[in-house]
Amino acid sequence: MIEQIDLTMVNWARATFALTAMYHWIFVPLTLGLSFICAFFESIYVKTGDEQWKKLTRFWMTLFGINFAIGVATGIILEFEFGTNWSNYSWMVGDIFGAPLAIEGLAAFFLEATFFAVMFFGWNRVSKKAHLFATWMVAVGSNLSAVWILIANGWMQNPVGMKFNPDLARFEMTDFGALVFSPVAISHFVHVTSSAFLYASLFVVAVSSWYLLKKRHIQFAKRSLTVACTFGLLASLFVAYTGDEHAYHAANVQPMKLAAMEGLYDGEAPAGLVAAGLLNFSKKPGDDEDSFIFKVKIPMVLSLLANRDINSFVPGINDLVYGNTAENIMGVEEKMVRGKLAVAGLGDYKAAQNVGDQLAASKALTLFEKNSDYLGYGYLDSAEQAVPYVPLIFYSFRVMVGLGTFFIFLFAAYLYLLYKDQLEKQPLLLKLGAFSFFLGLVAHEAGWIVTEVGRQPWAIQDLLPVTIARSNLDAGTVEVTFFMFLILFTALLIAELKIMTKQISIGPEGD
Amino acid sequence: MFGSLDWSTLQQLWWFITTLVGSLFIFLTFVQGGQTLLSTLSLTEDEKILVVNSLGRKWELTFTTLVMFGGALFAAFPLFYATSFGGAYWVWILILFTFIIQAVSYEYRRKPDNFLGKGVYDAFLFINGSIGILLIGIAVGTFFTGSNFTLNDYNLVFWDHPLRGLEAAFSFFNLSFGLFLVFLARTLGALYLANNLGHETLVAKLKNSSFNNLLCALPFLLYVLINLILMDGYAVNPADGTVVLEANKYLHNLLQMPLNLILLLVGLILVVFGVVLNRFTASVRGIWLSGPGTVLTGLALFFLAGYNNTAFYPSKIDLNSSLTIYNASSSHYTLTVMTYVALLVPVVLGYISWTWRQMDSKKLTLEELAADKKSY
Repeated sequence: MIEQIDLTMVNWARATFALTAMYHWIFVPLTLGLSFICAFFESIYVKTGDEQWKKLTRFWMTLFGINFAIGVATGIILEFEFGTNWSNYSWMVGDIFGAPLAIEGLAAFFLEATFFAVMFFGWNRVSKKAHLFATWMVAVGSNLSAVWILIANGWMQNPVGMKFNPDLARFEMTDFGALVFSPVAISHFVHVTSSAFLYASLFVVAVSSWYLLKKRHIQFAKRSLTVACTFGLLASLFVAYTGDEHAYHAANVQPMKLAAMEGLYDGEAPAGLVAAGLLNFSKKPGDDEDSFIFKVKIPMVLSLLANRDINSFVPGINDLVYGNTAENIMGVEEKMVRGKLAVAGLGDYKAAQNVGDQLAASKALTLFEKNSDYLGYGYLDSAEQAVPYVPLIFYSFRVMVGLGTFFIFLFAAYLYLLYKDQLEKQPLLLKLGAFSFFLGLVAHEAGWIVTEVGRQPWAIQDLLPVTIARSNLDAGTVEVTFFMFLILFTALLIAELKIMTKQISIGPEGD
Repeated sequence: MFGSLDWSTLQQLWWFITTLVGSLFIFLTFVQGGQTLLSTLSLTEDEKILVVNSLGRKWELTFTTLVMFGGALFAAFPLFYATSFGGAYWVWILILFTFIIQAVSYEYRRKPDNFLGKGVYDAFLFINGSIGILLIGIAVGTFFTGSNFTLNDYNLVFWDHPLRGLEAAFSFFNLSFGLFLVFLARTLGALYLANNLGHETLVAKLKNSSFNNLLCALPFLLYVLINLILMDGYAVNPADGTVVLEANKYLHNLLQMPLNLILLLVGLILVVFGVVLNRFTASVRGIWLSGPGTVLTGLALFFLAGYNNTAFYPSKIDLNSSLTIYNASSSHYTLTVMTYVALLVPVVLGYISWTWRQMDSKKLTLEELAADKKSY
């Protein structure tokens, strides 16, 4: 399809996207969660009429606003980067992928933007109740935007509801409902938003813990903590539950991702879950080396997690790459053969149409359609290319799950000590709490690494590899853009952090 | 309901919806125009604070409309999204760059410990309002003058110029289009601020400024209009979809679509009339004429580019790679789904206007800002 594939360009384009997405994700989960926390605070204020709660609400809103601006700034780039750096992708799947993005704008961003202005500038311009309504609308709007972008991302993991149109060389939507109600998309959305609530709760924990350590704004901090830790504990329990659901769906539609998450090369029945382990970095698919230098395995859990059956077979990387006839798994090698037939069929179809040979065209089309499920595999050069980078995914997954479990205990401990009124006497715990926001960020980024690096080499699972999805740009152009963004985003991040810490040190009294 | 409409009807409908969003965006660039007034009008520190705070309450609306414009193009005309963004790469990247730096500037400029300093954030606002809008104008100019790309059999874009879109700035037509938009945005900015602020001397300055900026915009507008009438255009043969250069194509479009001509004239008259009202009477409500006038003018120009068998994103080097609303659009199914989604548009416009009626019922004054520590 493309004659000269410049692999370096793809890598720069991937790096640019990863950079933008990872910066974006420092701020966005805070927007998603803090908007609700502010709405809770303001609801208490409106219900009780207690001015202290108003002060508290306004303080957290100030921090919300500082964070919101930079989230918006990094967000616009993400949308347009699909066009600039991934233009072939934009054409080949735009018929499906564009819709949720447009709906995100119409149904969510306007809600967010309109009521954001009321929330910030409307304290004396609209009634108390109208203001509270606006605050809730900001929370609803920002989380609605998450719905649509995660439906779009869920579709990249599990493409459903479409078929290929050979005349236009693109995929076209055939079932919008399948896209929206795809179980992968839904489990993705609930997992991501609940983890955003967790993250925002950690933010409140961090700031409030710092106040308690400094013995400033004690009552303010405790009130904030009571609301945030309750929200955080519920969210973190839900994150664990939805994480399990999400992994189950991933196992079904992205078995390679699951195998990479587990460092599982040879499939097993029943399969155990690696609780902790040290990977052998020189292990390659198909060789005889051990995949682990050392590991602690819990028997049967992976089978249970992946298939809801403790004795079931879970395929490993080798099964998926080279096939496993006993388990009826077609390997990448065979899929590549079929994929190349599909690519050739499509090429012949185009050529025959160009010269008006209808007979040849229909023959080529039949060949294409017979193999079109494997189209993406036709663009791979070797079967091993279908394996993502295992160590990054394996460790990221463990970091995410480990931290996620830790947060449950952290919130529970905070709530218990708040209830006993003993929290201020636990400086070590408070220091840990203050540091935990950073751990929350690490867990979030690790989660996205599992999701996105785990999908490689695909832009659209099984259908479109990143090497084809890219724009026809030279590597240098994208490289320059990468550094432009790196410098700009880093400068803005430093500004944000400085402003944020200054506002925190000024505290709620400065309002 | 919508599923029974022809594909071509849906394509025309979506050209209308998408360009309506685009035209609303041009109206809302009063925010960008206002940002450039900050440093070019001689304002006292108090006046600057009023201007920034008034614009700071609206910037997100403009920004969101731009994002919406991109989203609508992606959903309805994905081949344009792929061709233009992936092809005219540098133009779009630079435009986006000016919007990233805008997004943080209001919030950060006066906050203590803001790292870059107030001057830099104010410069960001100026760059967004000037270079950002200029580049958008240049990009839209290529809807008429064409670009250097080819599409292969698989509809993948190959750009044939090393400047990746920036070469469009070498066309005086595109440049004029951009400068027209810059001065139009400044005109609208002055009109909007005059209506929004409660500060007598500042409002008087703004009323003058809207008139002066319109005078600056006029030569560029005239150059664009005269060229549009005289230039060759990219005509599509409806029978087989081939594209040819047709002399005076856009003039023909105006004559063959009288409604389009009326739209253009009414739009321009409203723009001018709003400014004249502000300049020569005591009224400050000119924005309510010039704003809608801008939307109508924008629509008329977009219709001229896309309707009546015209290629809206033409290729200069390979006429048959040119994009039309028919070959660049989404499938019938997707356009149908999106048409149902578009039923939300009146709802969205409704709550936006209701909210801003509440918020803007009182003029913004220095007294109010002094009482609010959250002002920009």
